[in-house]
Amino acid sequence: MNRIVKFYHEMGSPPSFYRITQHWLMPMLLLALGLTAYGLIEGLFFAPKDYQQGDSYRIIFVHVPAAWMSMFIYAIIGICGIITFVWRMKVAEAVMMASVPIGALFTAVTLLTGMLWGKPMWGTYWDWDARMTSQLILLFLYIGVAGMYAAYEEDPRKAARLAALVAIIGLVNLPIIRYSVYWWTSIHQTSSITLTGGSEGIHSWDMLRPLLVMALATKFYYIYSMLTRAHTYLLKTEAKKQWVAQAVSKKSGAKP
Amino acid sequence: MTPTRKKRLILVLMVALGVSVAVAIFLTAFRDNIMFFKSPTEVAAQDYPENRNFRLGGMVKDGSMSRIPNSLKVQFVVTDFAEEVKVEFEGILPDLFREGQGVVTIGKMRNDDLFVAEEVLAKHDENYMPPEVADALEAAKKQQSNYGNYKQEESE
Repeated sequence: MNRIVKFYHEMGSPPSFYRITQHWLMPMLLLALGLTAYGLIEGLFFAPKDYQQGDSYRIIFVHVPAAWMSMFIYAIIGICGIITFVWRMKVAEAVMMASVPIGALFTAVTLLTGMLWGKPMWGTYWDWDARMTSQLILLFLYIGVAGMYAAYEEDPRKAARLAALVAIIGLVNLPIIRYSVYWWTSIHQTSSITLTGGSEGIHSWDMLRPLLVMALATKFYYIYSMLTRAHTYLLKTEAKKQWVAQAVSKKSGAKP
Repeated sequence: MTPTRKKRLILVLMVALGVSVAVAIFLTAFRDNIMFFKSPTEVAAQDYPENRNFRLGGMVKDGSMSRIPNSLKVQFVVTDFAEEVKVEFEGILPDLFREGQGVVTIGKMRNDDLFVAEEVLAKHDENYMPPEVADALEAAKKQQSNYGNYKQEESE
């Protein structure tokens, strides 16, 4: 128990957060690369064809993990936003702002792959159904959080609190995306696989396995990429502090 | 928790609550507009805009599709298993268009009984499976219904 409490407190302070998570980068990157390679090769070449869509369904191995990540990362941004706003924790600010571009990227990938699949399958690249529109709003929310932060350059801590407020307000969009295909009629199909309902829509383990592997791979990539960005964020905003000088000199091998 | 933090937390909760309520009211008010398509039941109840395009969605009825010779025109019936609407379309149908599958058509009603579609979109369901599994499921379903008939005959 004591160790968990100690770990929690260490993760809350920028110097020890930097020191500890520095060692996570390489394993996370390797796991992400390895699992992505396995998931994509298995999914794109070896998974069986779909009975209706043939090979076109294979976009699922990119589209669905990216869509999950776009919402997962936003949820993390929202939680960090609340911590930033209420407790003013610097590490939460760093994690929040570091996550924004990664989440926006996953959202863009979701929209693009969905459009590429939509043209041959539905017969249109885009239509304003509830799922697509709410996902597009998610992209704008990411841009909004980043924009809010960038708009207040003089004081990065105040900028982070303002960005946090935008992020918290945007949280309301997450359940709308999730349930859009159930609350309203839409062209987008309902979920094939959910956290609580199992994977009833995907009837073959050979199809499900690469999908789950890709879901894991994107999580590891996110942790790697987010930590790298969070480190930069902390080094930049804490540039005048003693620990930064030590950390930087240790990295470059020079004496402070 | 210190009083300032408590105040901030309450503020955040109030903001979240306020935004949620506002969005919920907005979505309820615009429910009809967010609905992507009208069902055949709604069309049968005359609940559609006249002289203006709208979307009609449902299942393509099994065995209802026919091609009109010497043209690109097709006719089929869209059903929600309660009501049916006859649809006419001229053009190329999407890959996933099949009888017994979901479809969304965009067009106008003509004479109350024919929907003239300008665009046809296929709607896919959430099921993914290899062809062999689909065949096996189909066979199992047939067997089950045969078994059901058998039971029924036995009890008669």
